[in-house]
Amino acid sequence: MTDAVQVHGLHKSYHGAPAVDGVDLTIADGEIFALLGPNGAGKTTTVEILEGFRKRDSGEVRVLGEDPQRAPRRWRYGIGLVLQNASDMADMTVVETVRHFAGYYPDPRPVDEVLELVGLTEKADKKVRTLSGGQRRRVDVAIGVVGRPRLLFLDEPTTGFDPEARRQFWALIRQLSEQDATTILLTTHYLDEAEALAHRVGVISAGRILAVDTPANLGGRASAEATVSWIENGEPRHLRTDDPTGATLKLAARFDGQIPGLAITRPSLEDIYLDLIGSPR
Amino acid sequence: MTALTTETPENPTSTPRTVREPSVWRLCLSRGGVELRQFFRERTAVIFTFALPVVLLILLGAIFDKQMAATGIPSSQLLAAGMIAAGIGSTCFVNLATSITSDREDGTLKRLRGVPMPPIAYFVGKIILVLVTAVVEVAIVLAIATIFYDLPLPTDVGRWVTFAWVFLLGVTGCSLLGTAMSSVPRSVRAAAPIVNLPFLILQFVSGIFIVPITTLPQVLQQIGAVFPLKWMAQGFRSVFLPDAVAGMEPAGVWEHGRIALVLAAWCLGGLILCLTTFRWQGRKDG
Repeated sequence: MTDAVQVHGLHKSYHGAPAVDGVDLTIADGEIFALLGPNGAGKTTTVEILEGFRKRDSGEVRVLGEDPQRAPRRWRYGIGLVLQNASDMADMTVVETVRHFAGYYPDPRPVDEVLELVGLTEKADKKVRTLSGGQRRRVDVAIGVVGRPRLLFLDEPTTGFDPEARRQFWALIRQLSEQDATTILLTTHYLDEAEALAHRVGVISAGRILAVDTPANLGGRASAEATVSWIENGEPRHLRTDDPTGATLKLAARFDGQIPGLAITRPSLEDIYLDLIGSPR
Repeated sequence: MTALTTETPENPTSTPRTVREPSVWRLCLSRGGVELRQFFRERTAVIFTFALPVVLLILLGAIFDKQMAATGIPSSQLLAAGMIAAGIGSTCFVNLATSITSDREDGTLKRLRGVPMPPIAYFVGKIILVLVTAVVEVAIVLAIATIFYDLPLPTDVGRWVTFAWVFLLGVTGCSLLGTAMSSVPRSVRAAAPIVNLPFLILQFVSGIFIVPITTLPQVLQQIGAVFPLKWMAQGFRSVFLPDAVAGMEPAGVWEHGRIALVLAAWCLGGLILCLTTFRWQGRKDG
């Protein structure tokens, strides 16, 4: 098993202003990796360099073993892209669109199977322009996966989805990952999405990767101090402690049984993320 | 084509599936299919494209309803020949510029760069689109002209040969210029005026609406003579009108050599413009 993505010392500036400033990144085959970061952090630039849309200033990049800047057309047989904000193929039907893009690959998935996978079987003969925003995104996903990619790029895939559509989408991504061992690079603004899907999360800010870890361990989250909250004399009380069990036992003794309003929380992924990018909470 | 053999990952024991790399030729045709379907499903654009020359031809034919004194040829026949050139300008230059601007804005170009498509397939798709629409356009104008204005269709091969090379050079030149023009507007909304206005002016100075072209002020004729439309119109007049009408051209003759030269020069210039200005990405994508 090789790594699907290897990046060392990646730099890219626009008009002298660095957008990506020394990014190192490795994504293993079969992994779901989420890249998080505020707008302007260098997320999109990094991903577009990996996708072969943009040229880097310096650094080493290997995607499926090739340099995206010099890769032959065949390299794209292994790459699937789910673009943001695309509104192309508006006058084509869903099935025509997927069939057309299947035609670019040597070994595409059967079109019916793809429509089933993204849940658009019933919309197959509808024109793409008549679909809702969420359905339109599923067409983009269908185009992204029809060529059986080894590596799938998902750029903020669930922006504008309602909660139910997001859950369905997550299930689809997990299915791709589990059944086909597709490597997935996801960029997202939603931390719950990263937490639900990603094996590992990378936080990028000001063009640098600040931390890479599993969602549970990111930024020392698992070993971070917990907060014990309860209500005493009608007032909410909080205690930050590295021994929440002990603290709770003491409280239980003090209250002689039930502790009113008891809650023990670890910092959320969002707390850790905001800490990392240095944003005030 | 290269044949590869793979095993299905889900079921490695099943018989290996033979997979073939898609041929470039098939992808070109596939792009052409998408272009044609997208175009003909956009009803308003279809009606506008094909109805405009017809409406103009009928209106102008009614307004300038007189015989040319020297030749006895009705001016509507001169209009019809010019309208064929204008129809090619409209389908190849205006429509292509608008459609590529739209492809850049709606994500078509970015998407296609992200799939294993040979770039030639995109351009061949557009060529198929402009050829089909230009042929339909010319057929409609010719039908109107023969039915309403008794425009005689030439019977000798030589004239059809002239028609073929004027058509091909005109379509090629206008398409290349349309492709280059597509880089100018910042958005599809801006594309309509930015592309249509110069085309409208060009139609006036090229003697499309006002016939014969010699009735235009000298300076406008000279401006028109710089651009391909005037030469296309002159070429089509030489196909459909009797040689006596050549006397009404600025030079007094059909000037086939010069027509070919000017149109070929525009093809070359348009090609250079395309190669130097064509962008797969929109401005906001950097």
